Amino acid sequence: MPEATSPDSIKPSSFIAKLVSGELGTLLALAAVIIFFAVADPIQNGDRASFVTVRNFRVMMTQTSIVAVAALGMTMIIISGGIDLSAGTALTLSATVLAWFLKNDYPAFAAVAVCLLTGVTCGLINGLLISSLRIVPFIVTLGTMTIFLGIGKLVSNETTIFPSAAQRPDWISNLCSTKPPDMLAGGMPNLPLAVWITLLLAIATTVLLKYSVFGRYIYALGSNESTARLCGLNIPLVKTAVYAVAGLFVGVAGMYQFGLLKMGNPVEGIGLELKIIAAVVIGGGSLNGGRGSILGTLAGAAIMTVIASGCDLLEVRNPYQNIIVGVIIVAAVLLDQVRERRLAA
Amino acid sequence: MLRMEGISKRFGATRALHNVELSVERGEVLALIGENGAGKSTLMKVLSGAHHPDSGSMTLDGTSFQPAGPHAARTAGVAMIYQELNLATDLSVEDNIMLGLEKSRLGFLKRREQRKLVSQALETLGHSDLKPTTIVGHLSVGEQQLVEITRAIVMDAQVVVFDEPTSSLPKRDVDRLFQVIERLRSDNRAIVYISHYLEEVRRIADRFAVLRDGETAGTGTIADVSDREIISLMVGRSVEDLFPQVPHQPGETILTIENLHGLKKPAGSSIDLRKGEILGISGLVGAGRTELLRCLFGLDKVQSGEIKVSGVSCKPTPRRQIAAGLGLVSEDRKSEGLAQSLSILDNMVLSRLEPYSRGGWINPKKIVASGRDWMKKLEVKAQGPHQPVEALSGGNQQKVAIARILHQGADVLLLDEPTRGIDVGTKSEIYRLIGEAAADGKAVLFVSSYLPELMAMCDRIAVMANGTIRACRNTSDWTEEDIMSQAITN
Repeated sequence: MPEATSPDSIKPSSFIAKLVSGELGTLLALAAVIIFFAVADPIQNGDRASFVTVRNFRVMMTQTSIVAVAALGMTMIIISGGIDLSAGTALTLSATVLAWFLKNDYPAFAAVAVCLLTGVTCGLINGLLISSLRIVPFIVTLGTMTIFLGIGKLVSNETTIFPSAAQRPDWISNLCSTKPPDMLAGGMPNLPLAVWITLLLAIATTVLLKYSVFGRYIYALGSNESTARLCGLNIPLVKTAVYAVAGLFVGVAGMYQFGLLKMGNPVEGIGLELKIIAAVVIGGGSLNGGRGSILGTLAGAAIMTVIASGCDLLEVRNPYQNIIVGVIIVAAVLLDQVRERRLAA
Repeated sequence: MLRMEGISKRFGATRALHNVELSVERGEVLALIGENGAGKSTLMKVLSGAHHPDSGSMTLDGTSFQPAGPHAARTAGVAMIYQELNLATDLSVEDNIMLGLEKSRLGFLKRREQRKLVSQALETLGHSDLKPTTIVGHLSVGEQQLVEITRAIVMDAQVVVFDEPTSSLPKRDVDRLFQVIERLRSDNRAIVYISHYLEEVRRIADRFAVLRDGETAGTGTIADVSDREIISLMVGRSVEDLFPQVPHQPGETILTIENLHGLKKPAGSSIDLRKGEILGISGLVGAGRTELLRCLFGLDKVQSGEIKVSGVSCKPTPRRQIAAGLGLVSEDRKSEGLAQSLSILDNMVLSRLEPYSRGGWINPKKIVASGRDWMKKLEVKAQGPHQPVEALSGGNQQKVAIARILHQGADVLLLDEPTRGIDVGTKSEIYRLIGEAAADGKAVLFVSSYLPELMAMCDRIAVMANGTIRACRNTSDWTEEDIMSQAITN
């Protein structure tokens, strides 16, 4: 039908449609998998059940941090209509650079600063290439993915960089450490620094997306680049800025990874970008741009960790875990499309 | 020959067709006239079997006709020639014509038999000059259209429907098309011709049927009615009501274009626009009107020539032009004009966030307050300011697009087909908005393919063809025929 005669109002979408759509849907899915394992674990393991323990939740949150913090930046990129396949190797490049600086006895704050700067630079390179060459982000970042891997191997001299315990400051070593096992520390939940930083950055990103001019521009760009141009946005600048900010998050994730592994190994990050993208997609981000949410992304990253952890406890073999996560990714996109079609109808 | 009686069709809550009557005899050309959204396409989709009517009946040559789908309709002898051609551009003329109808034995083509059918059909149309072996991609649009018509003949179509066939044709091809339609008529076939160019309709059709809001508004012999009467039938109100007049007085010149060249078009256009003036730009599709606006706004590259806003020469980019006081409403709401998945508010204020932000941070409350005002001012019908624009009707979407450039505070409004695909009521509101803008001292450049609206709304009308402005006169010095002849001469 020609649009001219279509009614002015749309039918209010049903409650269920609202439930399964967007970030609320992802949060419900997260709750569902947690409840599932909380029930299944005691049935399978009896007294040895350990899924619902403070310790396990703390471990899961810590494990989620690396993917989650990088996924914050990826959410911004995906909302802006882009993609970053180089996030995984840029992440380990940052970690490798951090390791190299520590190994060579530079002060910790300098090493961390260079680590973060590495992440920002990687993002900046992506952003500049995408906006100046006008090549699609998929191809540009496919290229830089390999370039960053190569640079990482150069930095590490094709081996693994192990700074000694003395060269590692305690706070970095403890970034992702779940010890000591107390539930509370000074009245606050005893969570490792990485989790706190991630939560803080998540709030900052949410505020940025919602209450800043830059945030509006990111949504506008992803929703319709032509409209953004028509409205006088400086598109190359916005794009470059998005990738650079996302690069900062990649740098932070690199720091976490080093904290967890205590070493710099550039090949460690291969394939990690797909996990990061998956977190955004499960969280309701649309690869067509214009849509995505930080809360959803965090839930998406958590879902993957919970499934991995729960499956380990239930002694489900790793191949099945892969299959389950795959099914969830496809299901998330499917739900997204159902919602889109509802809107379009 | 073909009779459609009491055809009704609903899509959800929308009544697309209601009790429509239509009949066409052999050896007759029936013009089907109506505005965008009047139900012409839906009616033709019912005829071609793409839609099934909820009620009503169709007969073809006295026997009941209930096509199960497009293919069944074609086999029964109803052929559609659409605006957009459906051809495989890498295949030859013959292969295209015979696609799906191949004559073969054991999977091998019987070329000779095919060739004979094709040349016979081409002869019927008076176009034996078209070689069956030519690759369709190498043909002009007009010739490609001919290939589609030939296909209809090979299928022995008794009813041939043309859906706005001249919208992308140069004059020479239009003449040729009309000769072909004459041939079809004298070959005793029935022809339905959809158009809203009244001049064309007068030239080719015997009878007319006007659709409005999904109903038959009137039928008759074309020679018995005036253009004004047909327009009144189309819009359902008198011409005066449709085009509300807001008094306005052209003042000093605000925009000057001198010998403007784009990459291809415009090819040397000069014009000036005054404050408080509505200047219409007419011309065929592809004449370079859209490109002219896009160059002016910095969306397309300017090769040479000069653009002056308030006497200041500028090198346009959208950002600079917005700052200089220009605003553009795109002809394509869907892929350029509006960010469909964003809310009404976000779309309205995107080009000017300054009033709501400090140091890069936004105050959403202020946006909502101001957005509500604008929605009220332009009477945008929606559930609320946060509703995504994709859920709005075309007319309301267009109001959002216009609200944006008004909110932006533009002094020069560049409007590219601002009433396309919009219902009559909203059209009238948009005309009023344009009039009020002019009364407010704004300058309006109004590109449109719909002559009656230009004639009724504009102070001056310029006609473009082949990337240049052919003539620009006061509206009172133009007739529709003059404009058409300027638009189609090479």
